[in-house]
Amino acid sequence: MKLVMAIIKPFKLDEVREALTDFGIQGLTVSEVKGFGRQKGQTEIYRGAEYSVSFLPKVKIEVVVNDDQVDQTVESIQKTAGTGKIGDGKIFVLDVASAVRIRTGETNSDAL
Amino acid sequence: MGAFVLALVVDPTTAFAQEETPTLDTGDTAWMLTSTALVLLMTIPGLAMFYGGMVRKKNVLAMVMQVFSVCCLMTVLWMVAGYSLAFGEGGAYVGDLSKAMLSGLTLDSLSGTIPESLFMVFQMTFAIITPALIVGAFADRMKFSAMLLFTGAWMLAIYAPITHWVWGGGFLGEAGVLDFAGGTVVHINAGIAGLVACIVVGKRNGYGTEPMAPHNLTLSIIGASLLWVGWFGFNAGSAVAANGTAAMAMTVTQIATAAAALSWMFIEWMHRGKPSVLGIVSGAVAGLVAITPASGFVDPSGALYIGIASGAACYWAAVVLKNAMGYDDSLDVFGVHGIGGIVGALLTGVFAVEAIGGTPGLLEGNPDQVWTQAYGILATIIYCAVGSFIILKVVDVLVGLRVSEEVERDGLDLALHGEIVQ
Repeated sequence: MKLVMAIIKPFKLDEVREALTDFGIQGLTVSEVKGFGRQKGQTEIYRGAEYSVSFLPKVKIEVVVNDDQVDQTVESIQKTAGTGKIGDGKIFVLDVASAVRIRTGETNSDAL
Repeated sequence: MGAFVLALVVDPTTAFAQEETPTLDTGDTAWMLTSTALVLLMTIPGLAMFYGGMVRKKNVLAMVMQVFSVCCLMTVLWMVAGYSLAFGEGGAYVGDLSKAMLSGLTLDSLSGTIPESLFMVFQMTFAIITPALIVGAFADRMKFSAMLLFTGAWMLAIYAPITHWVWGGGFLGEAGVLDFAGGTVVHINAGIAGLVACIVVGKRNGYGTEPMAPHNLTLSIIGASLLWVGWFGFNAGSAVAANGTAAMAMTVTQIATAAAALSWMFIEWMHRGKPSVLGIVSGAVAGLVAITPASGFVDPSGALYIGIASGAACYWAAVVLKNAMGYDDSLDVFGVHGIGGIVGALLTGVFAVEAIGGTPGLLEGNPDQVWTQAYGILATIIYCAVGSFIILKVVDVLVGLRVSEEVERDGLDLALHGEIVQ
C-alpha cells in the first residue's frame, strides 16, 4: 500500500476529489495547510504597516491506495489539479506499513 | 454641550432669570433617554468590536474584556465621585463632592428640561467611553490589574476635572472655548493619555519585525458602524434637547464622517495603491472625532471641510508620523483621537457659524476664536499628559504595568483570563 500525499491549490479540491472517486477511491483525508514553493507571497498593508505574507493557503490530500492503483491516482491528481501556473503544488508517494479498519478490524487491503 | 447648558446645570434659575424655571420637557427627555443608550452602544459593543478585530487573535478576549470592564468600573466610579467632581459646583478647576454617591438626586430633580438622573447617566456614558478609548494604545501588553487601576484613577483625576473645566462651569467654558460634545474632554484627552501610556509602557515585543495584522476586520467594521450610528447620540444628544440644534448636529456629523472616510480612502488609494477596509473605517472615525467639538456650531459646508481635513490629518498621523517617531500606539488612539480632536477643535474656531451655535468663528470675522480654541487644547494636553504620566508611574510601582515577555508572546487571553477563541 502507498500513501499518496498531494499539496494542491484550494480551489482544485472538488475537481480532484471527483476524479479520484470516479475510478474507485473510497475515501481520503483533506487538511487546510499553508506553504510556499516557487510561488511568491502577497503584501498586506494595515494603516501603513506592510506585511509580506510568504505562506500561501493550500490544501493537502492524503489517500492510501493499493500498489496497483498508485500510478492511476498520481496521474489523476496531476491532470485535475494542474493549471499550468507556478503554485500548482506537488505529489509525494510514501510507503504504508499496515492499515486497519477500526469498525471491523479488517487489515491492509481489506481496510482500504 | 453649549455654554448655556452649564448655567442650567449649576443653577437652573440664573439662565432664565426673568422667565419661568424650566420644567420637564417630554420630547427632550425622550431623545436624551435614546441618546444615552446610543452612546453606551458605542462602547459596548461598538468600541469593543472595533478594537477587538484589530488585534491578534490571541489577544482579542483581553481587548474586549478591557473595554467591557472599563464600562463597569467607570459606571460605579462616576456614581461614587466622578459626576460630582465634574458637575458639582466647586470652583474654576474642579467640582466638589456635594453630589457624591448621587446624593440629592431625586425622581423630580431637573437639569434644564430633563431629569437630572438622565443628565447624569448620559454624561456617565461619556465617562465610560473616554478611558475605554485609551486601552487601544497599549493593546497586547498591559496587565489587567494595572489597566483597571490606571483607567479608574484617570477618570477621577483627569477626565472629571477637564469635564468641569469645559462643561461644568470651569475656566475653559468661561473663557469661551467651544466644545459641543467632547473634542477636548473626550478625544484629545484620550489621545494624549494613550500617547503617554504607549511610550511609558513601551513597544510590543517584535513591533516592526513580527507580523501583527488585525485578525478579523469584519469585527472592526461592525464596531466602526456601531460607533458611527451611536455617535448621533454623542453629538446630537449633546444638545440636551430635541430641537434644531440636535438635528443640525446629526446632519453635520453624518457629513463630516462620510467626507473623512472618503478622504482617507482616496489618499490611501493613491499612496498605497489599494483602498482598504481598515482605512475607510479609520477615516470615518477620524471624521466622527473631528466633528465632535464642532457639531453644535458649524453648518454642513463647514462639516464637509472638517471631514476632508481630519481624514487627511489622521491618515498622516497614523501612517507617517507614527512610523517616523517610532512609538507603538497600537490602535492609533493618538493618531485618530488625539490628532482628530486637535484638528476638530481648531477648525471649530474657523468654521463656527453664529446663527447655528451662537458664536462666530474666523470665517465670520472672529479670528480670536481660533486662539481660544488653541488655549483649551493646550490646557487639556498639558494637564492630561502630566497627570497621565504620574498615574502610570504610581500604578507601575503598585502592581507593574506590563506583562512578562512570555505572557506577551503566548497571548494575553489564556494567561490573563484563562480563555481563548478557537
